[in-house]
Order: sequence, then structure tokens, then C-alpha cells
Amino acid sequence: MKKSIKLISAVLLLILVSAFTVNNASHKGYKVGDVAEDFSLKNIDGNMVSMSDYSDAKGFIITFTCNTCPFAVMYEDRIQALNEKYESKGYPVIAIMPNDTNVKPGDALPEMKKRAKEKGFTFPYLMDEGQKVYPKFGATKTPHIYVLEKTNKGNVVQYIGAIDDNHRDASGVKVKYVENAVDALLDGKEVEQKETKAIGCSIKVAKASSNAH
Amino acid sequence: MKIVIDKTLKHFLHKSLLNYKKCKELLINFIVMKLNILIIAVFLMTISCQKKKETAKVLNETVEQVVEKEVSLNDIQLEVYDYNGFEKFLNKKDNKIHVINFWATWCAPCVKELPYFEKLNSTYNNQNVEVLLVSLDFPHLYDKKLKPFIKEKKLISKVIALDDVDMNTWIPKISKDWSGSIPATIIYKNDTSKFFEQSFTYQELVKEVEQFLN
Repeated sequence: MKKSIKLISAVLLLILVSAFTVNNASHKGYKVGDVAEDFSLKNIDGNMVSMSDYSDAKGFIITFTCNTCPFAVMYEDRIQALNEKYESKGYPVIAIMPNDTNVKPGDALPEMKKRAKEKGFTFPYLMDEGQKVYPKFGATKTPHIYVLEKTNKGNVVQYIGAIDDNHRDASGVKVKYVENAVDALLDGKEVEQKETKAIGCSIKVAKASSNAH
Repeated sequence: MKIVIDKTLKHFLHKSLLNYKKCKELLINFIVMKLNILIIAVFLMTISCQKKKETAKVLNETVEQVVEKEVSLNDIQLEVYDYNGFEKFLNKKDNKIHVINFWATWCAPCVKELPYFEKLNSTYNNQNVEVLLVSLDFPHLYDKKLKPFIKEKKLISKVIALDDVDMNTWIPKISKDWSGSIPATIIYKNDTSKFFEQSFTYQELVKEVEQFLN
């Protein structure tokens, strides 16, 4: 009995500690210039996807997005357009859905499949199962974009932020942040605007963590 | 023949004994694990129950404080600002404690914490605390979503709308620490201010405001 009490308290402690680490981690994550660690996440087609699968890529447009955030929805077509434009040039889009699906059932795998089919996504739409990848990046919201450049050191973060400067109206966009960043990298130049800010939906963390928050 | 059968039988018995032992071990492990999970579940449920009670209490109290009256949607005057127009709300030097919450009707955690801001507003009103709810709803939904929400929830705190698409320009002006997710809150008094990119419970909110009162 004593042993099991010890065990239980240890497990509880572990849960509490891990909850706090998740919360803390959300304010850290990669900065421009950092090397991003590879991941292995399940795609909507059931296959696992890693950056290392893309031997020909020059880099990646990693997009944290979901079905349920109105900002993310406004950008769906523009994310697809990014992939159409840049996949062939060596910068494919990899979309990652970071939300806990108990908190947001509308982001569960079957819903992701449905949306990807409706919208004709030509890029992988991965589930961050266990919510381990988005804290490493330091993503806080959807949509949240990270442009990575493949180098000898690894995949280096070159841009963090929004897709462009007008979420509401694609035709009213003045500055295309992500396109500018990728174009600069393709030209072998330095990215001018390395970070931008935009309103988005906070990433929904699993209930156990938010209780300890 | 008999010997062969004998041997096989012995072998089989020995094997099943081993299997039995393994099975027992597994079963015990399983039961212990299940117990643990049960206890954790109960622990988590107690916490969430307490939270729910708290929300319900706050909601009830807020509702009681509002004198019942019919408000028509046309009566709800919504001030809409771009960032330049809005900036004055961030720079008041009037010795009051200003609590500015950025929210939207489409943001579930924002809607969840609104009652706490409402309670703060009514409880600390006489102590120079002023709550401002800044909606980031989409303009085409002001009449369809935002105004009906204000009416339905009988919000007493001042609600304004911030409509400025050039977010990369104004978000860092509000706080360099803000990545842009909501809910987000600023508490300030004259030149001292504190920024939070997080959800609040009522206790957490009071704790932060009290620091400005002293």
C-alpha cells in the first residue's frame, strides 16, 4: 500500500511538473537563427512525415494552423497558394495542427481530413499528437509560420510570424511577409523582415495542463 | 509413445505455470495502473468541478447586479477605432488602474474569462479600477455577432472595437512581448504597466490588480 501511495504521488507530481513545463515552454521556442529539430508526425493519410523525408527540399514553410480558428480559416487558400508556388522551388509547406482535440473536437483527425479534402490541400496536414512539437518551435497561435532554410548545420529558422499584412482581404495585402522571406532565401539573400506579429487564436492546451495553470 | 506424451505434457504444464505467473504479474501491474489512473482522474475532476462552481458563482453575482432592462440592439453604441484612435486608452495619466482586455466573440478562452473582468469591474469600481473590453471581432460581424453578444451577456464594462488590419505595426506598440494570441490583457496605472498573454481566473486577476492598488 505504501508503495502504491508513493507511486501515485510520484505520478501526480510528474503530471503537475509536466503541465508547468508546457506552459513555460510556450513563451520560449526557436528564435531566428536557431536550428529546428526534426519531427515525426502523423499525416492525415496515416503516414508519418519528417523534414528529413524531403531530400530535395531547400527549406520548409512550417505552418501551425487548424480548422477551428477564424484567422486560420481566412488563410487556408493562401497557404495552399504558397505550396503551389514554392513546393516546386524547393520550399514545400508542411502544416501542423497543434491544438488538443479534446478541447477543440473540430480539429480532430477526421475533421482535418475532411477540411483538407474540401480545400484540396496538396501539402501534408500533420497532427501534433501529444503536443510536443509546437512548444519546441514556440508557436503560440494559429496561424503561426516558420520559414526554415536547409543548411549544413540543419534546418535554420529564417522567419517567424504572419503570412501577410491583411488577414481579412487577400486582395488588400500590401506586404507578403512569407513570400518575401522565401524569395530572399531562394536568391541567396538575407531575409529583411525576420519577424512579424499578428492576432491569432491561442493554441489550445490539453485540459490537465490548463488546470494546473 | 508414452514417454513422448509424458514429456510433452510435462513441458506443457511447465510452460503454463510460467504463463500463469506472468499473467498474474501483468494483472497486478494492470490493477495498480488502473488505480493510479482512477485517482488522477478523480483529482482532475475535483479541480475542474471547483473551477466550474467558481464560474457559475461569478456569473450569478454579475447577473444579480444588473438591473433587468430590455436593451435593443440599436441602443448598443459601439465605438470603433483604428490603432491611432485607440492609443489614447493606453496612455491615461489619471491615477486610475486601467484593465484592458483584448478579446473576441470567436475566442473561446476569452469568452470564458469575461465574467471575471465583469466582476472585477463591479467589485473594484469604487477603488478607481476601470475595465475596458477591446473586441477584435471582424467588422462584418459587429451587428451579427458582437452586438447581440454584448446584449445577451449584459456586459456592463465598456466595450469598444479595434479595427486595424496592419497588426504587425500595432501589436508591438501595445507590448513587445505580445506574439498576437488572445486573450491578452494590460493593467496600467500612469506610467507603470504590466502585460499578460494568457487566460485569467478571477483570483489571478484580483491578485494582479491588488498589486496596483497598494
